[in-house]
Amino acid sequence: MALAIRRPKVPAGLQRRRETRFAWLLILPTVLFVGVFTAAPIVGSFVLSFFNYSVIAPAHWVGLANYQALLHDSNARAAFGVTFLLTAGIVIAEVVVGLALAVAVQRRMNWARPIFRSAFFVPLLVSGASISIVMSYIFDPQFGVLNYYLHLLGLPQVPWLNSTWGAIATVMIVVTWQQLGFTFIVFSAALGAVPKELIEAARTDGAGGWRIFRKITVPMISPSILFTVTVGVIGTLQLFDQPYVLTHGGPGNATQTVVLDMYQQAFQNLRFGYASSISVILFIVVLIATYLQFRISRKWVFYS
Amino acid sequence: MSQQPAQPALAVTTGHQRPAVARRATALHGRRRAHRPPVRRTAGRVLEIILLSAFAILVVAPIYWALVTSLRTPAQSFTNPPAWIPAHPMWSNYSAVFHSVPFWDFLVNSLLVTGFIVIGQMVTCCLAGYAFARLKFRGREPLFWAVLATMMVPIQATIIPVFLLIKNLGLVNTRTGLILPVIGTAFGTFLMRQYFLQMPRELGEAATVDGATQWQVFHRVYARLAGPPLATLGVLAFAAYWNEFFRPLIFLSAPSKFTLPLGLVTLQGYLGTGSVSVVLAGVILSLIPTLIVFLFAQRRLVEGLTFGSVKG
Repeated sequence: MALAIRRPKVPAGLQRRRETRFAWLLILPTVLFVGVFTAAPIVGSFVLSFFNYSVIAPAHWVGLANYQALLHDSNARAAFGVTFLLTAGIVIAEVVVGLALAVAVQRRMNWARPIFRSAFFVPLLVSGASISIVMSYIFDPQFGVLNYYLHLLGLPQVPWLNSTWGAIATVMIVVTWQQLGFTFIVFSAALGAVPKELIEAARTDGAGGWRIFRKITVPMISPSILFTVTVGVIGTLQLFDQPYVLTHGGPGNATQTVVLDMYQQAFQNLRFGYASSISVILFIVVLIATYLQFRISRKWVFYS
Repeated sequence: MSQQPAQPALAVTTGHQRPAVARRATALHGRRRAHRPPVRRTAGRVLEIILLSAFAILVVAPIYWALVTSLRTPAQSFTNPPAWIPAHPMWSNYSAVFHSVPFWDFLVNSLLVTGFIVIGQMVTCCLAGYAFARLKFRGREPLFWAVLATMMVPIQATIIPVFLLIKNLGLVNTRTGLILPVIGTAFGTFLMRQYFLQMPRELGEAATVDGATQWQVFHRVYARLAGPPLATLGVLAFAAYWNEFFRPLIFLSAPSKFTLPLGLVTLQGYLGTGSVSVVLAGVILSLIPTLIVFLFAQRRLVEGLTFGSVKG
């Protein structure tokens, strides 16, 4: 239709060429930046993972040696293990708690909704690194406020930052605390879109609250659950800021995440090739995790 | 934010479910209960509100603790119980941050880096989003999907080559080195494209008939209408890069070039536990810009964060 109007003025061929030229001009910055700083580096990471490179000396080809070393590197294996553990714990916690909060706030507190929303939302806006400074004081096993109050309540003090499980729990709590606002607003938006008639109808038929939640609410918001789980898994697999500041990966390597390990190998040990192989494996893990979630989701996600 | 709570409230008052409305009113305003609703339900509701409030307080507590502790004397700052209500606020901690550390540098660096990234992303994404949505050209689809695919790439998977690239360009330890690599973004392009797709085609066609050039159609017609999505993009980019830690940690080594999160973490390292309150004052100061953005652009922020959740 557009062409029909334009045709009397400019020949169609010229018009098309002009539009192509104009379009390329507009997308050039994005294509250039994304190409140079994301697409090419991803190839670069793959290539570099077959070399030994320390910046100081020229790179030399080592074939699959980095990957073989990675396979036998107990430190790296521990890093992947703890990263999966943290990912599972954090994603389950943030989805379950976020959903519970969204349901509770949604139900009958119109007046208080903005207050609660702000409260749950604010941690999301804070730098993970800066807030981890605050958290490292709060969770300090000896002088921290948290253990102080646990003690007042007659509860045992927890060796938060200086024991394996304490450190893992601390990282989980801090990250969940930050991400809660995200799952909360996503679920709030989704719950608001569930047709009320559906729930009323079920109630008229005599269904109880939990049954309605299980059989109607959850299926209706299942796309949002998939979304939060996917975003959560991708994000948590790349966890870095919080463990770096809170524990530096310790005690020992209890909270040494994959990215922390990669960071140390590359920028402290100058093993760029080896570190690249870690990042390549992490990338593949992220891709597989995302693929699996979409695959499995076909069974339970409901699109109306 | 202003509309969200108003609508359901309206639905309640005009709602068809009379008993529900009555129950709600009694629960909320503490008026005398009607005869029918059982005590258990009201008690349950009160319990629910109490639990929710307790949880909300718990969520906000760490930030509040940081605020009140930043107002204690450095000597007291690590003693318990915390001073939840500061009797003698030590505002001098805040000036100490500026005096004892290159806090001004951190602040200026953060503002410059974040500012340029935000503006850069808004410009590139607006242009590309428009082209992908509204212009016809060969290779559009494959190119769009190629750009979109980079959204899947975690930053850690590219950081080493990007660092080497930045190093070879002589941009290590510069603000430019932080800004340049993230000027183009797949997410922003996608976001802008979706908005341009929703805009009526007739607007551009009418302008073309009136003799507008392609640039004018974009610039005078569509870009003028792109304020809301651009604001969403800008607010998201601001929140992301103001808080960024990973890249600055790798790209910067001179404290005079540090951005706020990196500066504060470094500060914590060498000040030790002696001046917790000063470090916390710095943390609180670094929060202020994000809180301002939150106050004024909460709706945009929510919109941006939930973008994608609708489509599944």
